[in-house]
Amino acid sequence: MSLALLFYLTASIAVGSAIFVVLNRNAVYSAILLVLCFFALAVLYLLLEAYFLAVLEVFIYAGAIMVLFLFVIMLLNLGREDALPRFIQLQRALSLLMVVLFFFGIFLIMLNGPGVLHQPVEKFSAGGIYSLGEALFTKYLFPFEVASLLLLVALIGTVYLAKKKI
Amino acid sequence: MVVPLEHVIVLSMILFSIGVLGVLFRRNAITIFMSIELMLNAVNLALVGFSRYYNSVDGQVFVFLVMTLAAAEVAVGLAIIIALYRNRQTVNIDEINLMKN
Repeated sequence: MSLALLFYLTASIAVGSAIFVVLNRNAVYSAILLVLCFFALAVLYLLLEAYFLAVLEVFIYAGAIMVLFLFVIMLLNLGREDALPRFIQLQRALSLLMVVLFFFGIFLIMLNGPGVLHQPVEKFSAGGIYSLGEALFTKYLFPFEVASLLLLVALIGTVYLAKKKI
Repeated sequence: MVVPLEHVIVLSMILFSIGVLGVLFRRNAITIFMSIELMLNAVNLALVGFSRYYNSVDGQVFVFLVMTLAAAEVAVGLAIIIALYRNRQTVNIDEINLMKN
């Protein structure tokens, strides 16, 4: 019961920080709040018994990716975003409407879905690093290799894009 | 599970919608990029929830691959933003209309 409470508390922290990431005009504050959101998500992964992924979330997202973001924000020396002209305000209202429609569209699909979900198993056996590694190196070996190729491509692309004259 | 599957999915939907809102609202390319990260994380959360629900490791493998993709995407995307800033001195996407005409 208290774990469910912790889930809802962490979920509200994640949603709140995500809203501030989007609404904040200052990119540095957005980045810091996004780190908070990632930590909240890591706790949610722990509660869903995905222990290895919780660690990866903190390592990769909060550690590597957000440091990269902060470096770039520092390099670009961004100020606050300026206030928007009027026609963009209209565009904002329309986009808000669209997102609300999108949300309730999926919500309705979910409500009208298969309906009876069976009771999830009590004992979960696939959360640790052992079962994940076993699946990754047997059943999903090919996607795993392709992912390493993807990282290589990204590496080469980044080096090329970082050249002085492009 | 600590909570019903529906609650996890609704949370994932809320986070994804906030990410879409950020992409549509903001004019700063960096903030738009952060919103895309938020959307990827929302999908990851749904996958972890389904993985727990069906007692299968497949969803977690997908999350692993999505994280790899996110890392590669951020590296290339931020390099593009820096190259753009060098050439145009702005990251405001309203002023970047090189391919418009």
